[in-house]
Amino acid sequence: MITRSSSDVVQYDTSSDYFPDLTRKRTSLLRRLLIATTISSGALVFTGSIALAAEGDFDAEGAINSLATATNLLWVIIGASLVIFMQAGFALVETGFCRAKHAAHVMTTNFAIFGLGFIGFFFIGFPLAFGGFSYSAFGLNAPIGSPLLGSGEWVFLFKGGWALSGGGITPALLGFFLYMVAFMDTVATIPTGSMAERWKWGSFVTWGFFCGAIYYPLFAAWTWGGGWLSQTWSSMSLGAGYVDFAGSGVVHAVGGIAAFAGAKVLGPRIGKFAKDGTPRAMPGHHIPMAMLGTLILLFGWFGFNAASTFAATDVQFAVVATNTAIAAAFGAIVAMFWIIKRSGKPDPGMMANGMLAGLVAITAPCAFVAPWAAAVIGSIAAILVIESVFFVERKLKLDDPVGAISVHGVGGLFGVLCVGVFSNGSYGAGWNLSDSAGVEGIIKGDWGQLGAQVLGVAVLIVVIGGVAYTFFKLQDTISKKMGKGGIRSREEDEIMGLDLPEMGVAAYPEFVKS
Amino acid sequence: MKLITAIVKPFKLDDVKDALKAAGVMGITVSEVRGFGRQGGHSETYRGAEYKIDFVPKVRLELVVDDGSVDAVIAAIKASAATGKIGDGKIWVAEVSRLIRIRTGEEGPDAI
Repeated sequence: MITRSSSDVVQYDTSSDYFPDLTRKRTSLLRRLLIATTISSGALVFTGSIALAAEGDFDAEGAINSLATATNLLWVIIGASLVIFMQAGFALVETGFCRAKHAAHVMTTNFAIFGLGFIGFFFIGFPLAFGGFSYSAFGLNAPIGSPLLGSGEWVFLFKGGWALSGGGITPALLGFFLYMVAFMDTVATIPTGSMAERWKWGSFVTWGFFCGAIYYPLFAAWTWGGGWLSQTWSSMSLGAGYVDFAGSGVVHAVGGIAAFAGAKVLGPRIGKFAKDGTPRAMPGHHIPMAMLGTLILLFGWFGFNAASTFAATDVQFAVVATNTAIAAAFGAIVAMFWIIKRSGKPDPGMMANGMLAGLVAITAPCAFVAPWAAAVIGSIAAILVIESVFFVERKLKLDDPVGAISVHGVGGLFGVLCVGVFSNGSYGAGWNLSDSAGVEGIIKGDWGQLGAQVLGVAVLIVVIGGVAYTFFKLQDTISKKMGKGGIRSREEDEIMGLDLPEMGVAAYPEFVKS
Repeated sequence: MKLITAIVKPFKLDDVKDALKAAGVMGITVSEVRGFGRQGGHSETYRGAEYKIDFVPKVRLELVVDDGSVDAVIAAIKASAATGKIGDGKIWVAEVSRLIRIRTGEEGPDAI
C-alpha cells in the first residue's frame, strides 16, 4: 500500500491489515514520478533560490507533486469527456445500420441510455464496483469505502459513497466517477445495437438501470475495483492477475455478451430469415451516418485507452494512443480486403466493424504490447469479426443488425486473451499490487498471464453471460405473465416501424417509405 | 398531338434534356421511378448476405408534341439515352385527345 504524507513524500506502508487501497498501482509509474520530481525539483530549487530567496521556505517538491497530481486529474477528465462523446458515435453507427422506419427509436435508445445507466451507477453501481479503489497519482489517496462481500484476495463487491455522498467525496473521486460512468455507459449502449428494431421501450429502460446499478459493476468490481480476479496473481499464482488495461473484457466483452443474450431472447426481426433459415439482408438506411459514427468512436477511443493511464505524467499514454490507432487502421483495411475476398465488394459496414473490432481488441493489451503486436491484433480482430458476423447469422441464426455481438463480444474476448499472448514485459510492473516486474505474455515465455486471461474469459462467458441471459429471460417471462407481452415490441408496431407506435414521432416524416 | 413517354437511365437525364431542347421541345415532365424489364434487377451483398434489387431506379420523361415533331423527338431521345448496354429503357407514343393550358385556357396544339 502506498500513501502520501502531508508533505507529499511518497511513503511505502507495508501494513496490509485492510484491503489495499491502490489496486491499480503501478510502481514503475510512481518510481518515474519520483525521479521526475527529484530532477525537476532540483532545477526549481535552484531557480527558486534566486526568486524566492526572501521567503526561504518554498516547498518545491511539494509544489511539483501537487502540480503533477492536478495534471493527472485533468487527464482523467479529458479522457472522460472523450469517452462520453463516444455515445454519439454509437448512436450514429447503430441508427445508420438500422432501417428508416425505426430511426427515431434506435437513436433515442442511444440517447436515453446515457442517463439511465448513469442513474443506476450513481446510486449503487459505483460503490459496488469501486468502493475499494484508490490511486494516488491523480489524488485519490484513499478508498471511499471497503469490501461489502468477501475479504482479502476474495472480494466480490464493495460499498461506500452511495449516491456520491459521505465524507470521502473529493475532486479526485468525482473525476474518477465521471471516467468510470462513461465506461459503464459504453457497456449499456452495446445491446441497443444487437436488439435494435424490436426492443420494446419499457423493457429497454429497465435494462439501462440494471446495467448501471448491477450488471456492469459485477465484473468491474472483480477486476478494476480490486476484487478476486485481479488478485489471482496471489491466490492462484497467475501472472499479474487478470489484466485488462482499458476494458476489452470489463467493458466490451461484458457489453457484447449482453448483446448476445438479448438478441437470443428477443429473436430475429420479422423477415430476417427465410423459411428455410437463409438470412436475408436488411440494408441500413444511412451508411454515411454509420461511417461518421465509426470515426467518432475512433476519436473517442483515444480517451478510452490513453487516459486509462490515469496520469499525464505516465508517458506510456503515447504508446497506448499509437497502438490504438495502429489496431484501428489495420482492422479497417484488413476487413476491407477480407470482405472483398468473401463477397466481392468492400462492404462499408464490414469495414466499420473491422475498425471497431481492432479498437476493441487492442483495448486490453494496448499498454503492454509493441506496435507490431498492435498491427497483428488489429488484423486478426478484423478477420475474426467478419467470420463471426457470418457465424452468428448463418449458424446461430441470431439477428444482430449492427454486428455488436461480433465486434464487442468476440473482439473483446480476443483482446483479453491478447494480453496473455503479446505482452512484452515492458510495462505494468506491480500491476494489481502484484510483485510482477511487467506484464508478460507467452511471447516472453510466460504462460501464467495467459492463464489469468483464460480464467477471465471463462468467467465472462459463464458467469456474466449467465447473469445477462437470466436478466433478459426473467424480464421477458415476468412481462408475459403480467400480460404485457414480453420484452419484444408488438408485431404490428415492428412492421410499421417503432418510430410512431412507440415514440410518437417519425425520424423522417417528410419521406413515406415502406 | 402525341404523348411521348420515355424511360431512361437516371444518369442520362441531362443528355436527354439537352437533346430535346436542341430539337425544339418546350417542356418536359420528369419523375423518378423504379421498375424492371428484361434486365430483371440485380443482386448485391450487404454484410455478406445477398439481396436482390428487383426494381432498378429509372427516370420517366413525359412530353406532349404535335404530330409533325414525333419522329424528331424520338430520334433525339434514342440518340442521347443510348449506352448500348442492357437497361437503356423504352419510348412509347400515345394519342392525346385534348390539351389545355390552364393559365390562358388555350386548347389543342396552341397549348403545347
